[in-house]
Amino acid sequence: MHPKRRQRLTLVAFLFAGVAVAVGLALFALNENINLFYPPDQIARGEAPTDQRIRAGGMVLEGSVKRDPGSLAVRFTLSDMAGHNVPVVYEGILPDLFGEGQGIVATGRLRANGTFEATEVLAKHDENYMPPELAAMAGRKAPEGQQAGLATLDAGG
Amino acid sequence: MKFPAPLVRLWHRLGSPRWFFETTAPWLPWLLGLGVALLGAGAFWGLALAPADYLQGNSFRIIYVHVPSAILAQSCYMLMGSCGVVLLVWRMKLADMVLEAAAPIGASFTALALATGAVWGKPTWGTWWAWDARVTSMLILLFLYLGIMGLRQALQRPEAAGRACAILAIVGLVNIPIIKYSVDWWLTLHQPSTFKLTEKPAMPPSMWIPLLLSVLGFYALFIWSVLQSTRVVVLERERRTQWVQNFVAAEGSKA
Repeated sequence: MHPKRRQRLTLVAFLFAGVAVAVGLALFALNENINLFYPPDQIARGEAPTDQRIRAGGMVLEGSVKRDPGSLAVRFTLSDMAGHNVPVVYEGILPDLFGEGQGIVATGRLRANGTFEATEVLAKHDENYMPPELAAMAGRKAPEGQQAGLATLDAGG
Repeated sequence: MKFPAPLVRLWHRLGSPRWFFETTAPWLPWLLGLGVALLGAGAFWGLALAPADYLQGNSFRIIYVHVPSAILAQSCYMLMGSCGVVLLVWRMKLADMVLEAAAPIGASFTALALATGAVWGKPTWGTWWAWDARVTSMLILLFLYLGIMGLRQALQRPEAAGRACAILAIVGLVNIPIIKYSVDWWLTLHQPSTFKLTEKPAMPPSMWIPLLLSVLGFYALFIWSVLQSTRVVVLERERRTQWVQNFVAAEGSKA
């Protein structure tokens, strides 16, 4: 390689390496702030601030969803499936994919008594895609609302 | 380091925009045909034949546009970053031309990935937008594309503009691994990759084969449009040369 070009290549490599290190350090320093939500174990350890707007994420514990028959209020337990649980109360419309055993991200405030008061609940989809028949064989079930939706679509199409 | 002779010869030929213009002309109809066929097959299979998802129902089918456009948005940026290195180190004119031609195409794919993601996010997550690491790093990619396009317009001297764009393209390459690993490094609303190099895809073949066809179709159409648009830049920048004037005169007499 021509010495002049070798010199320019070295310069470009240094430019890229410098930027990469700078961005890497910045991201490392910001690590906690880039996470979209607090997982249940951090909340259980008291690492999440109380009475501030934060997000909490995890799985909806099987058998924990209690709906109030007279209103849109619902309470459930957010779990990391490793023994850390956070009770959540919410009043409002839940996304279609909300269901027991599904991942969710809730926005709201953590109260001093350890209850999370959610103002918004988002469903977190995982990376697995399955046709309904296969899902039934694997023992996975769709939440109530979604199954009905599929059935009507099938009937319509 | 010693490279095989045909590669070295190809490298030297790439130094000539005229050689590029004349060599790529016969490829164009084939690439276009291949792209339309693959994308058509992928779209029909994906939209009409593939089974619905057990959880998302039919809304998962946006994957056949969302995932290919997100892949192409990143591939296009890597192409531009490589062109930036070639331009700065070897001062190859063609690299700058590709850098100019590819930027709006990459920006379109990024915008398409963000838009389809939002359309899917509303029924699935319950929101159009989340400031999570994956979505935000894709938005930064869009701004990088727009920045490169703006920088070229802002600088008067074409040579200075080319070098400035090359530096920005190389610096922005840092964002590509961040996009890729954002879902593994941080807690995000966006799900991790369904496809990994080392594992079986978390999706049955009846769902991923149409996706593969669609991705290949996007690649063919991407190469076609980058070639097409680079050829326009070649004609524009080399307009004072004899061969371009002859070419334009010949095309003119055909019409």
